[in-house]
Amino acid sequence: MIRFIIRRLLFAIPTLIAISFIVFALLDLAPNDPTGQLPLTIPPEVRAQIRESLGLGQPFHVRYLKWMEQFFINEPLNVVEQAFGVEIGDSSERLRVRSWATRSPVVDLIVERMPQTLWVVGLSYVVGILIAIPIGIVSAYRQYSWFDQVGTFVSMVGFSVPTFFTGLLAILIFSVMLQWLPSIYDTTHEVTDLASLWMQIKQLVMPVMVLALFNAAQLSRFMRSAMLDNLNLDYVRTARAKGSTERAVLFIHVLRNSMIPVVTLIALGIPTIFSGAIITEQIFRVNGLGQLLIIAIQGADIPLVQTLTFLFAILIVGFNLVADVLYGILDPRIRYQ
Amino acid sequence: MTTTPVSPPAGNGLREAHVHRSQWTDVWLAFRNHTGAVAGMVVFSIVALAVLAGPWLHDVDPQYLDIRVKNQGPSLAHPMGTDNLGRDMFAQVLAGGRISLAVGVTAMLLSLVVGTVVGVLAGYYHRLDGPLMRTTDLFLALPLLPLLLVIIMLFRDTLRTAFGPETGIFLLIVFVIGITSWMQTARIVRGDVLAIKEREFVTAAHSTGTRERRIITRHVLPNVLSPILVSATLGIANAIITESALSFLGLGFPPDFPTWGRLLFDGVNFMTITPARVIWPGLAISLTVLSVNYIGDGLRDALDPRLRGA
Repeated sequence: MIRFIIRRLLFAIPTLIAISFIVFALLDLAPNDPTGQLPLTIPPEVRAQIRESLGLGQPFHVRYLKWMEQFFINEPLNVVEQAFGVEIGDSSERLRVRSWATRSPVVDLIVERMPQTLWVVGLSYVVGILIAIPIGIVSAYRQYSWFDQVGTFVSMVGFSVPTFFTGLLAILIFSVMLQWLPSIYDTTHEVTDLASLWMQIKQLVMPVMVLALFNAAQLSRFMRSAMLDNLNLDYVRTARAKGSTERAVLFIHVLRNSMIPVVTLIALGIPTIFSGAIITEQIFRVNGLGQLLIIAIQGADIPLVQTLTFLFAILIVGFNLVADVLYGILDPRIRYQ
Repeated sequence: MTTTPVSPPAGNGLREAHVHRSQWTDVWLAFRNHTGAVAGMVVFSIVALAVLAGPWLHDVDPQYLDIRVKNQGPSLAHPMGTDNLGRDMFAQVLAGGRISLAVGVTAMLLSLVVGTVVGVLAGYYHRLDGPLMRTTDLFLALPLLPLLLVIIMLFRDTLRTAFGPETGIFLLIVFVIGITSWMQTARIVRGDVLAIKEREFVTAAHSTGTRERRIITRHVLPNVLSPILVSATLGIANAIITESALSFLGLGFPPDFPTWGRLLFDGVNFMTITPARVIWPGLAISLTVLSVNYIGDGLRDALDPRLRGA
């Protein structure tokens, strides 16, 4: 197992390097001028100086390596320093990945936006799992019952209808027509007492539920088929034959075995919390990571876009690894050579 | 084929068994029994027909501005109302649907071709397997939506000047969606090719001196057609959703050349005045994707001989 993890880790490194190169090269070689949005009255020589100050004067490979150094060495060091209050080396002189639009370090911007994304999108993922698993279990146990039929149809609708339509529909119904819930997520809102807690819950309901139902639609189908794969196996019959209660058969034997692929799928889906939230955050005006990316893209803020995109890539590669390892731990039949 | 002179009466299973039926007749019979798939087929046909033939029946220029009738509800002249500039919504939804469907189908074809070529080459030629599958894994690890947004932001203006505003953005969007959605097809096709390559008829073809290219086109490809067909339907649904998402984020088609996603994006700010501007395009996307997904579902069941036997 340890050897497998190490091999997979070693394998993840070239993947990440390749992705970082793609992301960097794509943004760097694109026909696009970072000074394009500045006023036209700026004379060309000043423009050239601005480009120089943004670090664009150097050849491609130098900039790529410097970016790598900043991303993999400097910024992690900064995070460590902030977390433990220690100083490693010459921290004030260290080069940082800075946003072109705000001139502040990209990492600070990301740290600022992280809690909103985690709250809204992370919560919706958890809620989605909590909805999907019971539905999947019942659908499989009572296969072809009306519950299963309705569930199949609803989940088909659930993952066919995009969140940018369900979200708008929810706003239309609950904010515009019924006026129950606010349509915009207010991040400055602080929970101090019961009333403000209620307010926080009210503004969380729509974004969380819209995304949760979308996630639940896919996951419940997967849970159902995982349960069905196990329900007809011999060990289930044996368990029933030895006199186990139906509850024990279902929850101890079948459920635990069916959860193996489901848990892996859940792990694989975690990166989408961050990147897939782009649309939901845009609908409900949550100022999280997704919105930061959209702003950065519209403002041609290359360092910020590079860092965010690469961060998403790291999450995907990382959780792919976690899923593989989890699969090996949960399922003793899988032996990695 | 089914055009036998003696067509067996329905329900007579014994005689039916003797009539020669091709694989595709079986598939069609199984597909026909899948209620969801048939319903999906009907809905998708209606949407496609409306979008293709609609502009002749409802011949209002979708870009015609009539500011005096702005923000109207549904009426006989404007079945879906008008927008804030007095443009007819129904005509816009029909015109947008043409582009949305065209993007969906073209992007799907591109991703299918790339996926099939990669899958067949990786499955058939052992020395290409490693590099091609590593590339596939690499593409699977890319954060796709952010990258799509970035590519469109960066290359939009260049392509627009090169091919004109409409063709430029169409080519760009079709290309980026196609080039980022072929991985699943490639994986499935590779798996099937690996299995088929070892079968006797391929060995037989080898022993009779058939050239590699002919083995692939004649013996391998027809046998991996089923997974390709299923991923084709899922590919259309995926491409339509992706295009709408891009347009919804303001980085897809321009407002004077709207797709369903763009109409939705433009309608958001007027949601309180004319909710129809959000509902109709959204409904169109949802219905199309839902019906295509059901077709795919039915096709998968119909093409699986283990499920078809029943």
